[in-house]
Amino acid sequence: MRETLSLIFMVIGCFFNLFGCIGLVRLPDVYNRLQASTKCVTLGTCCVLFGILISGPVNISFKAFLTIVFILISSPTVAHALSRASIKSGIKLWEKSVVNKMEEE
Amino acid sequence: MITFLLVLLLFSCFLCLYRISRGPSPADRVVGIDILGIIVVNFCAIVTYLAKVDFYMNIALSWALLSFIGTLAVSKFLEGRGFDE
Amino acid sequence: MKKGILIILLFICWILLTTPIKSYEIDWQILIVGLVISIISGFIFGEGFTESPHKFFGIKRYLWAIAYIPVLIFWCIIANFDVAYRVLHPNLPIRPGIVKVKTRLRSKSGLTALANSITLTPGTMSVEIDPTGYLYIHWINVKTDDIEKVTELIVRRFEKILERIFE
Repeated sequence: MRETLSLIFMVIGCFFNLFGCIGLVRLPDVYNRLQASTKCVTLGTCCVLFGILISGPVNISFKAFLTIVFILISSPTVAHALSRASIKSGIKLWEKSVVNKMEEE
Repeated sequence: MITFLLVLLLFSCFLCLYRISRGPSPADRVVGIDILGIIVVNFCAIVTYLAKVDFYMNIALSWALLSFIGTLAVSKFLEGRGFDE
Repeated sequence: MKKGILIILLFICWILLTTPIKSYEIDWQILIVGLVISIISGFIFGEGFTESPHKFFGIKRYLWAIAYIPVLIFWCIIANFDVAYRVLHPNLPIRPGIVKVKTRLRSKSGLTALANSITLTPGTMSVEIDPTGYLYIHWINVKTDDIEKVTELIVRRFEKILERIFE
C-alpha cells in the first residue's frame, strides 16, 4: 500500500517536471519561462521527494523532509533574483505584453 | 515503471539543454541551468528509492544548496553589482 | 536570547540530518557532538541572526503558521494545473504584463514570505519589492491594472494570515 502510494506521487511529480520543461521551451520571453518552469518544477520535485518520504526508512525520510523545506524556500527566491536581474540588465518584455507599470514611472 | 520515470526526467533534461543552447539572452540560459540543477535532485531521489541507501539523499541536498548559491551569484553578476552587497 | 534561538534551530537541523536513533536506542555520541558544534556556531553567528527575537515566543504565531500550510498547498496545486493548461494549449492563451500592488506588511520576513507565496500561486511572480509596501508583480494573464482591484485579487488571500504570523 505504502509502496503504491509513493510510486503514484513520483509519477505525478515527474509529469509536472515535464510540463515545466515544455513551458521552458514554448513560452515567448524570459519572465514567462521563469514563471512556468519555477512553479511546475518546484511542486514536481516536492511530489517526488514526498514519495521518497513516505516510502523510506527514518533517516531517508528526515533528509527528504529537509530537502522539501529547503527547495520550497530557495526556488521562489531564485526566480525573484533572476527576474529582477533581467529587469535591471534591460531585457524587454514580450512585444504583445499588455501593461508595464515599471516603465511608466 | 521506474524506467518510465527516468525516461520522462531524461526528456525534461533534453528540453532544458535545448533552452540553454538556444536562449537569445544570458538570463534564458541561466534559467535553463537552474532548472537542470533541480532535475538532478529528482534523479538523486529516484536513485535513493531504487537503492535504499541514504547517501544519495545527501548528494541531493548538497546539490540543491550549491545550485541555489550559484544561481544567486550569477544573477547578482547579471544585475551589475558586486558580490559583497 | 538570539544566540539561544539559533542554537536550538541548529540542533534541530543536526538531529534531522544525522538521525541518532539506531534500532530504538539513542546514540549519545552524535547528540553530544552536535550540541557542542551548535553552541560554538551559535555564539559566533548569533548577532546577525534576527531583528525581533521576541516574535519567536508567541504560541499563536505557530498555530497560524500551521493553518497557513494547507492554504499554500491548495493554491500551489491550482497554479500547477493552470500552468499545465496554458503550456499544453496549442494557441498559448497568455496576456503577460507587470502590475503594481500594495501591501500592509512591513517586516522583512513578512515581505519575503509574501513574495515567495505570490511566486508559487497561479499566474503571478514577484519581480521587485519596494520596502515602503509596494510590490511589482509579473502576471501571466492580466485582467485589470488598477492597484486596488489587483491587490484584492492577488494579495488579500495571504495577507490576512501572514499579518498574524509575522507582524
